[in-house]
Amino acid sequence: MGKTLLQKVWDLHTVRALPSGQTQLFVGLHLIHEVTTPQAFDALRARGWKVARPDRTFATVDHIIPTRERARPFLDLMAEDMIAALERNVRDFGIRIAGLNDDRQGIVHVIGPELGLTQPGMTIACGDSHTSTHGAFGAVAFGIGTSQVRDVLASQCLAMEPLKVRRIRVNGTLAPGVYAKDVVLTIIQRLGVAGGVGYAYEYAGDAIGRMTMDERMTICNMSIEGGARVGYVNPDQTTFDYLKGRPFVPSGDAFDRARTWWASIASDADARYDDDVVIDAAELTPVVTWGVNPGQSIAVNGRIPSPRDAGAEAQAVTDALGYMGLESGQPIAGMRVDVAFIGSCTNSRLSDLREAARIVRGRHVAPHVTALVVPGSASVKKAAESEGLDEIFREAGFEWRSAGCSMCLGMNPDKLQGNQVCAASSNRNFKGRQGSPTGRTLLMSPAMVAAAAVAGEVTDVRELVR
Amino acid sequence: METLRITRVEGTALPMRGDDIDTDRIMPARFLRAVTFDGLEQHLFEDERTGSVAGDRAGAPHPFDNPRYESASILIVNRNFGCGSSREHAPQGLHRRGIRAVVGESFSEIFFGNSLMIGLPCATASPADVRELMDRVERNPGARVRLDLQAGTCEVDDFRCAVSIPASARDALITGAWDTTGLLLERYGEVDAVAAKLPYVSGF
Repeated sequence: MGKTLLQKVWDLHTVRALPSGQTQLFVGLHLIHEVTTPQAFDALRARGWKVARPDRTFATVDHIIPTRERARPFLDLMAEDMIAALERNVRDFGIRIAGLNDDRQGIVHVIGPELGLTQPGMTIACGDSHTSTHGAFGAVAFGIGTSQVRDVLASQCLAMEPLKVRRIRVNGTLAPGVYAKDVVLTIIQRLGVAGGVGYAYEYAGDAIGRMTMDERMTICNMSIEGGARVGYVNPDQTTFDYLKGRPFVPSGDAFDRARTWWASIASDADARYDDDVVIDAAELTPVVTWGVNPGQSIAVNGRIPSPRDAGAEAQAVTDALGYMGLESGQPIAGMRVDVAFIGSCTNSRLSDLREAARIVRGRHVAPHVTALVVPGSASVKKAAESEGLDEIFREAGFEWRSAGCSMCLGMNPDKLQGNQVCAASSNRNFKGRQGSPTGRTLLMSPAMVAAAAVAGEVTDVRELVR
Repeated sequence: METLRITRVEGTALPMRGDDIDTDRIMPARFLRAVTFDGLEQHLFEDERTGSVAGDRAGAPHPFDNPRYESASILIVNRNFGCGSSREHAPQGLHRRGIRAVVGESFSEIFFGNSLMIGLPCATASPADVRELMDRVERNPGARVRLDLQAGTCEVDDFRCAVSIPASARDALITGAWDTTGLLLERYGEVDAVAAKLPYVSGF
């Protein structure tokens, strides 16, 4: 009987079974940022511990930093404190950092892959739930809390529970205007926001096989929104081509040896899965969330569901409709939006910006809409500028910002006001998520956000694809 | 190094109804803008407690505002509690408010793990039993609730139901081994040996 990638990577990284029965797992790459680490470093200081493997730890700043005015000290003194604390911690403990003015800075889940820090077969941990993103490379990558960050800093290990594996095969061809974001939103809608608890999701099938690394990252990124802490894609030629030549990827003969090893950790053809799901790509449409969790979504040409048809979910639907100010039966298309946000670790990579730019080129943002593009990294920003994407967005009326988490999470100056409605390429539509306690988020693909920005309302991007 | 053994939790309870209560609701992101966890207990569910959000039960006081639950040490929740962001600030806030155990239908994996790391047990019970526990506590907020991790039971008045918690988490709690850093550092030679065998660590 063959093994899955998860089993292979797990076995290779297992140090021992702890007395409790948990596995002591070696962490191959620890990514850190300003928000979930200061207490962990303080705990190390209090106990007189060092960082076990600074050579396997890498820091950047993304969550709290402003994306417009970046002169130091920040106007926001709490943000200044947090950045200063991280800078002091990495200096004291000898950790590498892509800081605010470093040309490698960016959202942690964008820069890890970009720099080639993220590689197949690794275990990767970070104090952020969207660490599942790195699974796109065939790594086993998961989000952790601050006490676990402390554990990894001190020991380069975690105490973990084993995971089951659910294979999700996406077969067939996506129609024009339907994107990786629509695939993952559909998966979450079908399997539920808690459907993946206890599982790693292995994304497979020919549609995934044809996807670029950017697209695979979008899908793996949102695994956690379906309850799965880990999501991954088996490494293949697309993965190896992406990695070749990146700063932290070996070169020459070492690259060839690496490629051989990377290929060997992919799931075996006769691996056994705990569950198997098949999705038909051809039947998928652009998707928009209407509610307050990422599972509450419908096709862009669909109608808002009714609590009467929701069975056990009736109370949740009623509650979501109340918060969102929506009526059952109304079409989601035509819902007025106030803000359009293209960014976040889900959809802020170069290919996302290209698709959005394709929609806005020669058009203009509706007069009542505030629209912003926040590239995922300094490097994405530079690449986009070299192709003139910034000009396309600016001419269309978008703001062109510097890299950071921005309006995804209400932790920096980019926030919704009052009950504004935001068309967002990010990952969470929770109540209050975008920084206003009454703000409303509609999740969709970056191209759909671009279409909504131009139309001033939720619009089927397929009508604008040229 | 703490070696607090957590076998039983007893006290009054606080029912927080609703499925899929995410950590952004439990602890809004702006309160993560600090270098310590101090004071987080003041900001639990802040956005819905201030009345700016109707919440699940419009009109009724938010359970975390309700003085009848002020001294509660056991939180009772429904399905997929603590989903979303990995922020440990959510269980830290609950713990600092005096919550010493959570009983619910199910938990998000990261929330469960973060809670275990700070010695906050999350035990699951059937939906019917959770409903019964919530109903009884709402009728009589002063009722003593007794959670026994070893026996796998939760009791209030004359009602008793089964609760479960993964064996490894239960053992870690009842033996006091839930603070893992010391354990992970114990046999560091073995860690180095595992790392040395990984091709990407040795540079291929």
